[in-house]
Amino acid sequence: MSESTAHAESVRVRVRVNGEEHERTVEVRKTLADFLRGDLALTGTHVGCEHGVCGACTIHLDGEPVRSCLMLAVQADGAEVTTVEGLSRNGLDFLQEAFWAHHGLQCGFCTPGMLMSAHALLRENPAPSEIEIREALAGNLCRCTGYQNIVEAIENAAAAAAGSGVRGAAS
Amino acid sequence: MGAKYFGASVRRKEDPRLLTGRGRYVDDIVLPRTLELAFLRSPHGHARIRSIEVRRAASVQGVRRVLTFEDLARWMKPLPIFAATPPGLAARVKFETKHAPQYAMAKDKVRFAGEIVAVVVADSRYLAEDGVDLIGVDYEPLPAVVEAEAATRPDAAVLHEEWGDNIAVAFQHAVGDSEAAFARATAVVRERFRVQRYAGMPIEPRGVIASFGAHDGSLTVWSATQVPHAIQQGLAGILELPVHKVRVIAPDVGGGFGTKAYWYPEELLVSLVALIMNRPAKWTEDRREHLLSAAQARDQLHDVEVAADHDGRILGIRDRMWLDMGAYNTWGTALPWNTVAHLCGPYRVPTLSVDVKAIVSNKAPNAPYRGAGRPEVVFVVDRALDLLARQLGMDPVELRRRNLIRPDELPYDLKMPYRDGNPLVYDSGDFPATFEAAVKAADYQQFRAEQKRLRAAGVYRGIGVSSYIEGTGLGPYEGAFVQLDLSGRLVVSTGACSQGQGLETSLAQIAADTFGVPLEWVTVIGGDTQMIPFGIGTFASRSAVLAGNAVATACTEVRRKFLEAAAKFLEVAAEDLELGDGQVQVRGVPDSAVPLGRVVQACLPTHRAPGVAQPSFEASFYHHVPTVTYANATHVAQVEVDPDTGAVKLLRYVVAHDCGRVINPMIVDGQIHGGVAQGIGGALLEELVYDESGQLLSGSFMDYLVPTAMEVPRMTTLHMQFPSPRNPLGIKGVGEGGAISPPAAISNAIEDALAPFGIRITRTPVSPSSLVTLLAEAERAS
Amino acid sequence: MKPAPFHYHAPRSLDECLELLARYGAEAKVLAGGQSLMPMMNFRLARPAALIDINRLPALDHVALTDGVIRVGALVRQRRLERHAEATARIPLLREALALVGHPAIRNRGTVCGSIAHADPAAELPAALLCLDGRAVVKSRRGERAIAVEELFRGPLTTALEPDELLTEVQFSIPPAGAGSAFLEVARRHGDFALVGAAAVVQVEAGHGVKSLHLVVFGAGPGPMRSPKAEAVLVGAQATLPRIAEIRRVVSDAVKADSDLHATAEYRRRVAGVLAERAVTLAIARCAGKGVA
Repeated sequence: MSESTAHAESVRVRVRVNGEEHERTVEVRKTLADFLRGDLALTGTHVGCEHGVCGACTIHLDGEPVRSCLMLAVQADGAEVTTVEGLSRNGLDFLQEAFWAHHGLQCGFCTPGMLMSAHALLRENPAPSEIEIREALAGNLCRCTGYQNIVEAIENAAAAAAGSGVRGAAS
Repeated sequence: MGAKYFGASVRRKEDPRLLTGRGRYVDDIVLPRTLELAFLRSPHGHARIRSIEVRRAASVQGVRRVLTFEDLARWMKPLPIFAATPPGLAARVKFETKHAPQYAMAKDKVRFAGEIVAVVVADSRYLAEDGVDLIGVDYEPLPAVVEAEAATRPDAAVLHEEWGDNIAVAFQHAVGDSEAAFARATAVVRERFRVQRYAGMPIEPRGVIASFGAHDGSLTVWSATQVPHAIQQGLAGILELPVHKVRVIAPDVGGGFGTKAYWYPEELLVSLVALIMNRPAKWTEDRREHLLSAAQARDQLHDVEVAADHDGRILGIRDRMWLDMGAYNTWGTALPWNTVAHLCGPYRVPTLSVDVKAIVSNKAPNAPYRGAGRPEVVFVVDRALDLLARQLGMDPVELRRRNLIRPDELPYDLKMPYRDGNPLVYDSGDFPATFEAAVKAADYQQFRAEQKRLRAAGVYRGIGVSSYIEGTGLGPYEGAFVQLDLSGRLVVSTGACSQGQGLETSLAQIAADTFGVPLEWVTVIGGDTQMIPFGIGTFASRSAVLAGNAVATACTEVRRKFLEAAAKFLEVAAEDLELGDGQVQVRGVPDSAVPLGRVVQACLPTHRAPGVAQPSFEASFYHHVPTVTYANATHVAQVEVDPDTGAVKLLRYVVAHDCGRVINPMIVDGQIHGGVAQGIGGALLEELVYDESGQLLSGSFMDYLVPTAMEVPRMTTLHMQFPSPRNPLGIKGVGEGGAISPPAAISNAIEDALAPFGIRITRTPVSPSSLVTLLAEAERAS
Repeated sequence: MKPAPFHYHAPRSLDECLELLARYGAEAKVLAGGQSLMPMMNFRLARPAALIDINRLPALDHVALTDGVIRVGALVRQRRLERHAEATARIPLLREALALVGHPAIRNRGTVCGSIAHADPAAELPAALLCLDGRAVVKSRRGERAIAVEELFRGPLTTALEPDELLTEVQFSIPPAGAGSAFLEVARRHGDFALVGAAAVVQVEAGHGVKSLHLVVFGAGPGPMRSPKAEAVLVGAQATLPRIAEIRRVVSDAVKADSDLHATAEYRRRVAGVLAERAVTLAIARCAGKGVA
């Protein structure tokens, strides 16, 4: 980015996504969500409302969960972004595994956002209570699951990470 | 058939890709040179269009075309509807119906805010919206109709002038002598109940991407739809293409709930743009559009009367009801009759009299959404029963017990038709057992004792029950086309498709068990019209019943063919063979086992010899049901209410349900949880609000309130399995059930909590503000 | 829902930023966290000719405790202040208020100053600022000024900031040692804007009763409101139950609210009083060891 930007319609953006460097020219008004999905073909991040309520677009920016629909792509210049595609190299990470075992997803549309929020929760609070889990997820809307199995999945993932199993899961 | 998978909570096959962001929803599909669409939608609820000016819009750099009705007039034929009344129903009920065609775009008049007036085609969605901004439309606003009773008044504005009024459907129906019943009643409850307008609100909005192959005259359309075959048939008809030249695919779909089981204008408009411009065309709905123009639901008004004797036994119910169908009544008599058909529920109701009007109004069209009339009428009846219980000084649970139909009374004939025109006869279930299971699991007696103690301390808790019957597995058919590939893997194609129900897994469970292969050897392809020629789709709690049975029958046939070929290959009798683990062997002789693929290979002719048998290991079967099969449930809600702020906290929620034989208990639980969560939204939070001019006031997620993880409590689910006698697998549907009883159970619980204050809840959503208003009114009255 | 076109600036120095603000005036919007602005832009309800992205400006991300105030710079994220051990220890009211602002993902980007400049009548941070005798420091090419919180909020979504001014810092006064505080609201869902809310900071002196009381009601009018009449009921007196009940009446009587989709004016009026009463009761209980007489 230049030292001082005269008015710009498109700018050059350099961003590290899931460990990989990308450099693109983007229209200044393009949102980060559209940039990830369109320019970088990372369609795992979903768009559900474009006003920051549903949480389907949640990604990690410099390690913290944010709404990618409320950021401009240009604002991610120089930042480190993690999307759902970056959670595991092969197979499933421990949270994805727990969601699978406990039927923590149905249509899957809210799921990437849920996983990103869940990861942030467990990083900050490795042994959350049920209410703490629900509070941490309250910014991710789901219309399919009624949240119960999502909560159960996270409880079990947390317990598994701590070295003990909790409820029975599907085989 | 084996029973390794049926009844087991196996992990879903679709999950690994969905969990890793490798799902493929409509907006994820990328085709080269795709153009993007945005729509100019009417800002008015009711207006005449005087003129449209598109020159400025068309000159925006990157905008390729701007289209109005006139530009597409050749294809502006009435959109397909689902409104045909089945002959059996029409023969028994005298419906007065009117129908007005809906076109993909408005021509001279707009009838709801959100109706499409123009299409902008551009290089990107951003540019298309820039174009939309610059279209100039001269509207002449007209008075609007936004309430059902008001719509029937003589001075009301008329939406479809040729009708003369706004009544789309009108009928009366009676069973038994209602007047006599009310004449001899000891107790009569009368009340007016209102169920608000709300909707499915899937997290993925709608979307369509279409590509026309000029080289072969074929159109391929991916749509976030629940009814791909209906879309295919409609497009073929309007575009005058042979049906096989139109392929519609429902890819991964992010929730449907009925909202995506509709023939939308956008399906046609996107296809037309692809055709006209010879480039792929794409439209991804945004949330603003979705709230405005996707199918909405509920919105019913009931004046109900319940007559009972001094023991609380129901003698009769009379219900005068109005349904607000929005601007176009696409579903005809379906919702009105569905409401009536589910009125009696699991209760013995000897006489019934209904007077029904479905009206049109300046709101988005109303279409079936999870429950489709049942949540509304269950709210009305279960609320009325609680009022009756109070009047008689009886516990609401005791009142239910006196009126629940007993198992020895089944099959129970309600002496009226179901929506499909066949006799409405409850076929199976034990309603009292299901009821008692829920009440027991909710610790009802203990709660009552606690309630008393807490009330003395100024803490107001309440408990409410609601029970329903649901006709599930709506026909007339669904099909499965099953094939074996060269490696012996099963490919199962069906018109059923998933928007989260897990059919890729549950149908595979049936196939794996029926054929005798590991679950991993089965691939289920749903919702692709090229893979199976005929289909209906997934809605109305029908796919497990219809597609499940079709899969079982088709797999049985493929198994028969395969064993016949294997018998020839192994030179044994077919009865001596068994299948398992991807191999076929002579029973009791493990050394004889050969992989399935060997048998398939052996059936392929070579230059030297014909194959041992025809390599045709495929079968299709379309399962037809005589009529629906009846599921039932009882819900119990426990709440705590703060009378000073009106805040309602859900403490616990219990569901005991019967959906017949369960294929995958984990999936069934998930369906109930999700349904209950939506019901909680309907009870407490969700509402689509219009002002008097037809403006949608709840136009964003800041105002349309979807429950979060903090608003949905822990739910306990109990599975009662009373197999259906109406299909070989004994299955009943469960997709909708969870959403039916929550408004009733929760409202009953809230009123119960506030019993000392004497309020009466007659409408949903029950917001803190509405409760405080009721409490203030009760205070003033006393 | 894509934003209309705009010119984008990401100034690297405060001077450059103020120059841009002077040039554009009301034609430009400042982009900090974007959690309020971006939704409006996506809906095309806001169509500024230019966005001035201040996220690259240095020296605006301080949380400093000096002279009895906590100074929070324009780029401090809500989440950062929420997790700031010292700031929240000195002003517990801030942690309570911040926990009610949206959801973690919102608070990771949204800024404290941004929420205050946005001035939504149902927002938590403006109410907290008012309850804590706050100040807003604004800069322009014309110079710097401090705006007392009583002068800051001018109506729904309206502040005393001139179009060429940038809010660079807000200051929250640290309550005296031993003070108790409480922040309550009723919302339809967790994380939503309040239907109505109340915040209280109270100081109780052994044997003398209530020494000071700051009581704010929000979500029930054009902006957050102090209730001097209600405060006067308790200040200099013992905190008896009848007096606290009187607060409820006085607060309700003073409320001039509107009805909207989510609550009637009457609801807001009534419940403002209820929450004021509860907030005061709770704040007193939290005073170093004090209770209600």
